[in-house]
Amino acid sequence: MSGQEHGGHTRGFELFHIFQELPARSSEIPVAPEPDPTEPVALTVDDRPVEVAPGETILDACRALGVETPTLCHAPNLTPVNACRVCVVEVEGQRTLAPACSRRAEAGMVVRTETERVRTARKVVLELLGSSVDLSLAGRHQPDGGLAGWMERYDADPARFGPAAAPAEAGERDARPTGHHHVPDGSAAETVAQPVKVDNDLYVRDYSKCILCYKCVEACGTDAQFTFAIAVAGRGFDARISTEWDVPLPTSACVYCGNCIGVCPTGALMFRSEHEMRAAGTWDESAQTVTETICPYCGVGCTLELHVQEDQVVKVLSPSDSSVTGGHLCIKGRFGSSFVNEKPGR
Amino acid sequence: MDLHVVAPLPSPAERAAVDALLDPVLGPATTWSGGARAIGADGRAARGGHAARARRDLLLPALHALMDRVGWISPPGLGYVARRLTVPPAEAYGVATFYALFSTTERPAAVIHACDDIACRDAGGETLCADLERRLGPAGHPAPGAPATWLRSPCLGRCELAPAALVTVAGEQPRAVELAPADAANVRAAVEGNPTRSAPLAASLPQLGTPGRRITGRIGVVDPASLADYRAHGGYRALARVLAIGPEQTIAEVTASGLVGRGGAAFPTGRKWAAVAAQPARPRYVVCNADESEPGTFKDRVVMEGDPFALVEAMTIEGIAVGAETGYLYLRGEYPLAEARLRHAIAEAESAGLLGPAILGTEHAFRIELRRGAGAYICGEETALLGSIEGRRGEPRNKPPFPVEVGLFGKPTAINNVETLVNLPLILADDGAAEAYAQIGTPGSRGPKLFCLSGAVARPGVYEVDFGVTLGELLALAGGVPEGRSLRTILLGGAAGVFVGPDALGMPLTLEGARAAGATLGSGVVMAFDEQADLAGTLRRIAAFFRDESCGQCVPCRVGTVRQEELLARLERTVAAGGMPDAGQLGLLRELGQAMRDASICGLGQTASSAIESALRIPGLVAG
Ligand SMILES: Cc1cc2nc3c(=O)[nH]c(=O)nc-3n(C[C@H](O)[C@H](O)[C@H](O)COP(=O)(O)O)c2cc1C
Ligand code: SF4
Ligand code: SF4
Ligand code: SF4
Ligand code: FES
Ligand code: FES
Repeated sequence: MSGQEHGGHTRGFELFHIFQELPARSSEIPVAPEPDPTEPVALTVDDRPVEVAPGETILDACRALGVETPTLCHAPNLTPVNACRVCVVEVEGQRTLAPACSRRAEAGMVVRTETERVRTARKVVLELLGSSVDLSLAGRHQPDGGLAGWMERYDADPARFGPAAAPAEAGERDARPTGHHHVPDGSAAETVAQPVKVDNDLYVRDYSKCILCYKCVEACGTDAQFTFAIAVAGRGFDARISTEWDVPLPTSACVYCGNCIGVCPTGALMFRSEHEMRAAGTWDESAQTVTETICPYCGVGCTLELHVQEDQVVKVLSPSDSSVTGGHLCIKGRFGSSFVNEKPGR
Repeated sequence: MDLHVVAPLPSPAERAAVDALLDPVLGPATTWSGGARAIGADGRAARGGHAARARRDLLLPALHALMDRVGWISPPGLGYVARRLTVPPAEAYGVATFYALFSTTERPAAVIHACDDIACRDAGGETLCADLERRLGPAGHPAPGAPATWLRSPCLGRCELAPAALVTVAGEQPRAVELAPADAANVRAAVEGNPTRSAPLAASLPQLGTPGRRITGRIGVVDPASLADYRAHGGYRALARVLAIGPEQTIAEVTASGLVGRGGAAFPTGRKWAAVAAQPARPRYVVCNADESEPGTFKDRVVMEGDPFALVEAMTIEGIAVGAETGYLYLRGEYPLAEARLRHAIAEAESAGLLGPAILGTEHAFRIELRRGAGAYICGEETALLGSIEGRRGEPRNKPPFPVEVGLFGKPTAINNVETLVNLPLILADDGAAEAYAQIGTPGSRGPKLFCLSGAVARPGVYEVDFGVTLGELLALAGGVPEGRSLRTILLGGAAGVFVGPDALGMPLTLEGARAAGATLGSGVVMAFDEQADLAGTLRRIAAFFRDESCGQCVPCRVGTVRQEELLARLERTVAAGGMPDAGQLGLLRELGQAMRDASICGLGQTASSAIESALRIPGLVAG
């Protein structure tokens, strides 16, 4: 059966050869090569040889060669969840593509990042994200220009999936019954759009921008904060980051360390100051200076990055490679500087 | 961990239900865990004991206890469970909202789950749903004070008697009744607590009374409640022999038999066991995957209901072979009859010394814990299943590492399907039995195989045949397509499988035969559709199924399953309006399918487009 197209229409579904190979359910057991803890691991990426240290990932190998690889859910200071799948690569001999960010490099691996399968997967993943999530601020801290750049590189066109459906009302997505959904009529593409959650003075949660990368959950939990104020609730497309019963943050266990803000790759979690300035149209990154300093509040000596616009501290981050903080702070370092703003005659 | 729980106190009923489960394991509730005195006004409780924290695996059973007793999981009820198990409330909420059988909103005690999935929808399922809607209002929206509510359900694993329904009634004496075929009358009887008649076994096992069946031979012959009867029919001979020949020889014989997994992936069972037995880490675990939720699949249910001791014996054998002292039997939550029979069988085996610290007086110990799923197809995926037992969301894990190395609670674990396991007594009961077993079937697919026939066949049900019969022969065994109708297509392997046309009837039902035909045997589903079947609607239902059942972890599947359903809706509208399917839309569907297959984390996303694409590939099947 061969595909045949006539100017955009076909004579029926049958003219399309839809797929070639059937996937089996994965349950293979690997013959784990015994890693020598001292020997570097030699592999090739796009036919170029490269060596990485044992335990390093395919992503590390790509970066060592300067092979640009998009990532969204990966962060050097968090356990990889490999959920976004934008980083997938082809590994010779494997049935499915592998997430570069978390798959360990193995000796003799043959990795390809520019094959048709890789390009299609990355393109479609970007389109799926772009058609369901507000990505306007996503990946903006990436060296290679972030999301807009990747969209262009992979020729991604989220609009292919149709016009966006109307946003959900406040709380509607949080109340969806698990395992049931409204049958779509195909006229519009469902999205996660919903009103911003503003329930405290320090930061806001705009889940219209959430790609469900789990980073905030990890930062709030075992990777940094051990507060467990937020988790993933619901299932499938209705999965969302939530406190228990979607209670407002002040009622939850949140201690406002802001570590979730620091790791959020899409701007879904944002200082309230930034949110309000953006809404007012006064947010201007080109007019901001970044000052590195040491947090004055206690003796730990956390590195702070004060983002200052017009003499006001508008947000506080900490470098993820800081040996003291690993990028994570507490409420005093994160939000204490706003008191600086309020001091009269400063 | 500093636990912060703000909720009013649980009701006495909620507390009693949770305490009845937890007290025997953890001891009575202490002050900090919400026992004798209230939590401070700020909701902050002291740190939990290590004992409680280490038993997070009791979270799912505790949530079941609340559902069974009061019919929903209330904020105080969940808060109490969270305190007693030292689970952060946000995480407990994340787990409670993962499962379709759980409700975090109040609803009537009686809930009717009506199957509208692919075998049932055309067989009266939609009629039943319409009737329920007339009587009880829209699905999931009970009128205030209504005694019952109803919900649509994915396949309930009773497709041979479609349409199926499950009625659950919470209370001090909770009830769960499986109905098939379901109709307005028996649904009402079940809700009101009146007895309902169940179909004769022959309606599920049409081969009943015919000789020569190896793994279903005892079903309908032995009393499923009687250990003595099971032993009188050859039961526990294999276990006795395994104790005599030892683990190494047992694994060698299972390997020699050529047995491969029946859960869908066809991995060699002996190799899996050898990999677990070779791990230095301890303890090791055995897990039986009885989550059977692939639409169209019901073979494991028929086996568990009809011959529960066989599964108990098989798990014990597996435990001894791989050196595990604990086995978990993860049973889908929609199988209350199988649950009752298995619990009884486990208890009987315990009191006879066939489970426990010294099996048949030897130094081998083994016990079985039965865990109930709660409405999540994804929990059949082996790593999601492990997470579910551990009290986490049923999200598949990245492989490698594989469960044989890092499995349940991080320990080496052998996971096997029910059907896989009940082959073991056959292989191990006698000297030389493994070699004889290897002669059954074909060189590439050894042994007997269960198939689940449903849809447009005269005698639907579970059929046991040797690997190698053709699809046509199997259909003939089931009486073929009913008089006066003609075969249009067959779904092989379930929603994750493929549609094949009548031209595939000559295909031998073997792993290699299916592979050569670009098909899959999957979980043994053979669902026939005749010319009257609503195939476009069937494809939409399959798409809806995957959209509902995706765990939501990875983008290709979480968003891809939504887009796939929308694209099908769009195509259906075009065709219904007499138009031609748009090539761009079809191309997009194909590209989407490829990305889901290539980039999804687990088998759910990887196969979610399989059946749909295969149907669109068959000439004239969906669009005339
Ligand atoms: C989405 C999904 C659902 C699955 N459901 C089941 C199931 O219900 N029962 C089962 O035995 N295996 C199921 N499997 C396969 C299991 O992951 C695993 O391969 C199997 O339990 C191994 O046992 P076996 O080797 O005896 O077949 C499923 C796999 C996937 C990807
Ligand atoms: S601010 Fe800190 S405690 Fe609050 S949700 Fe974010 S990471 Fe958790
Ligand atoms: S809020 Fe941000 S960090 Fe959290 S899951 Fe969404 S995108 Fe990721
Ligand atoms: S493929 Fe689907 S079910 Fe599997 S991990 Fe991804 S989202 Fe979850
Ligand atoms: S960056 Fe690798 S999966 Fe998200
Ligand atoms: S029981 Fe309804 S489709 Fe299986």
